[in-house]
Amino acid sequence: MSATSTPAIRSAIGAFKPEAFAAHLASLPPLPSWWIERKRAAYERFAGLPLPARTDEAWRFSNLSGVALEGFAPAASGPSAPAISMGIKKSARLTFANGALISRETLDPALEKQGVIIDSLRNALTRHGDLVREHLLAQPARLGSAKFTALHEAFLSDGAFIHVPKGIQIELPVGIFSHALGDGIAVFPHTLVVAGENARVSVVEYFGSGGDEENQLAIGANDLYAGHGAQVTYVGKQDWSHRALALQSNSTVVRRDARVQSLNLHLGGRQVRHESLSQLQAPGAFSEMLSLSVAHGEQEFDQRTLQIHQAPDTKSDLLYKNALLDRARTIFSGLIVVDPDAQRTDAYQSNRNLMLSEDAEANSLPGLEIQANDVRCTHGATTSRIDPEQEFYLQSRGIAKAQADELLTFGFFEEVLNRLASDELHAALRALIQTKFKR
Amino acid sequence: MASLVIKDLHASIGDKPIVKGLSLTINSGEVHAIMGPNGTGKSTLAKVIAGHPDYTVTGGDVLLDGKSVLEQEADERARAGLFLAFQYPSEIPGVSIANFLRAAVQARMAEGEEIDAAAYYKRLYARMDMLKIDRKFTSRSVNEGFSGGEKKRCEILQMAILEPKFALMDETDSGLDIDALRIVSEGVNTLRGPGLGVLMITHYQRLLNYIVPDFVHVLYDGRIVKSGDKSLALELEAKGYDWVKRELAAANA
Repeated sequence: MSATSTPAIRSAIGAFKPEAFAAHLASLPPLPSWWIERKRAAYERFAGLPLPARTDEAWRFSNLSGVALEGFAPAASGPSAPAISMGIKKSARLTFANGALISRETLDPALEKQGVIIDSLRNALTRHGDLVREHLLAQPARLGSAKFTALHEAFLSDGAFIHVPKGIQIELPVGIFSHALGDGIAVFPHTLVVAGENARVSVVEYFGSGGDEENQLAIGANDLYAGHGAQVTYVGKQDWSHRALALQSNSTVVRRDARVQSLNLHLGGRQVRHESLSQLQAPGAFSEMLSLSVAHGEQEFDQRTLQIHQAPDTKSDLLYKNALLDRARTIFSGLIVVDPDAQRTDAYQSNRNLMLSEDAEANSLPGLEIQANDVRCTHGATTSRIDPEQEFYLQSRGIAKAQADELLTFGFFEEVLNRLASDELHAALRALIQTKFKR
Repeated sequence: MASLVIKDLHASIGDKPIVKGLSLTINSGEVHAIMGPNGTGKSTLAKVIAGHPDYTVTGGDVLLDGKSVLEQEADERARAGLFLAFQYPSEIPGVSIANFLRAAVQARMAEGEEIDAAAYYKRLYARMDMLKIDRKFTSRSVNEGFSGGEKKRCEILQMAILEPKFALMDETDSGLDIDALRIVSEGVNTLRGPGLGVLMITHYQRLLNYIVPDFVHVLYDGRIVKSGDKSLALELEAKGYDWVKRELAAANA
């Protein structure tokens, strides 16, 4: 084997030197000391951990030379953000630019009366410290990105905090916009959703850059907590610059009889890693994990998932679909873990890849780790090409090959989009995916 | 007046020649039936004209309004005015009939031009009513889970919406019960007119009771070996294809 292609100058901390961390702390307003202490500890963990190595099973098939932290600076302040429409009606809207909250609109006046909190994480740290402390980055980073989750915690400047108290149901989604604007900047977006007992909330988050040529680093995380009987829907629309390196860690905790549905759409980025952890902690808990990706050019989408069944009578259902064009690469590595007393677990995991190019590459590593004896677990992965007879059928109606492939891709995605209860959201996601085919 | 001219066409799949010197001219307004025993190249002929990538044209030409279509992709030929009604239409999961037809109509418009949705749906529903297709079908996936009759009606619906100059109908009667055959035939007869030429491929004479052709041709071994008017179809029905084979053998003897 020849020498590794990793540049010698690639250091484990890259641009995130102690001076940069000190400058970040100095830029913060007064915040609770426990939080500052946690940030300091996180920075130490980040600095002490090595970059992922070829031998790390959790990074198998990943392009490690693309995971470099040089040349970025945490964004100092938020410029004005571009106006983006999600194409859906919302109950509230938070907009962040380069990590700073730049606008907060409550569109449904009933929310405040009901005790719903939709605010910045900074405000929540001061005003709802206990709730934040209990849930913010409280779950272990088990999917390989402990170093980057620590970096996220250390440099996390601001994010979204949504708390829906017991029994309150919000019909319209809360919209969150996270913009990274400018070349060479690093952003650390965070969304924390806490749904109390029998609460219901839906959150739609958009991640985007100022332009497709901006070289950026986005290290994001979210925490979704669904209390007893709560229903949480989360839709993440990732549309970063095509030169961005994005590493995202999502963690979902589902309590008794609660239900969480998440759908992550991946369109942008040069190299994107998305880790998703679902913990089914009490009987009746259900987590539905969905993903759609359109990878083109030389994009790499690297998805790692973990469904942990920690209690009996829990259910999880994962369906990740990738459409690959050009020389794009995808990696799916999923694991279902069933703890010894999690009897009658019902777990499903499926990764399907549609190859629209001979040169694309889809890697799939489904896995099971079952320690209970009365369970139903199925997993599978398929990779298929466009059916030439379907393509000819569409072409014979006057539809050019590229449009035919786009239609067939939407046909392939429909199974996932149909899982959404909202027709409006379904249509908005279709429209956003269409923009990728028009580029 | 538009014309579809097939000139001494030769086509193969792999190394195997299937169409072996076929010539035929169809003018708009005319309905031509091509009949023949199984395995003589009927379906291949339709696919070759439509531009299926599995077939190679090894000689001759196909001219639409005097212009060769052989260098064109299937979608260009379709936009130029050709339509293939498939014997076995593909099922396309997840793609609704409404979206599919919209894409096909949009493909015929100039760049930047948008479909008038209200007018489009009005026309679509009128055609669906004509073909006795439930309007709920628009939200169903193309051909998925359709019965044989539903698939064929859906083919005719597409033809009615896309308004081709020439339709190649490949065994449109196969798999149809008598009621479905009547509905499909009525649909085709409604579309018949001076602006449409039809090449109807069929194994059985039955279809020709419903869609009466102007010309009937017998295809055998990749060539047209006999042509006539609608009475030729009746003669074939009475005497069987062996009659043509015997005549041919006698002529070649």
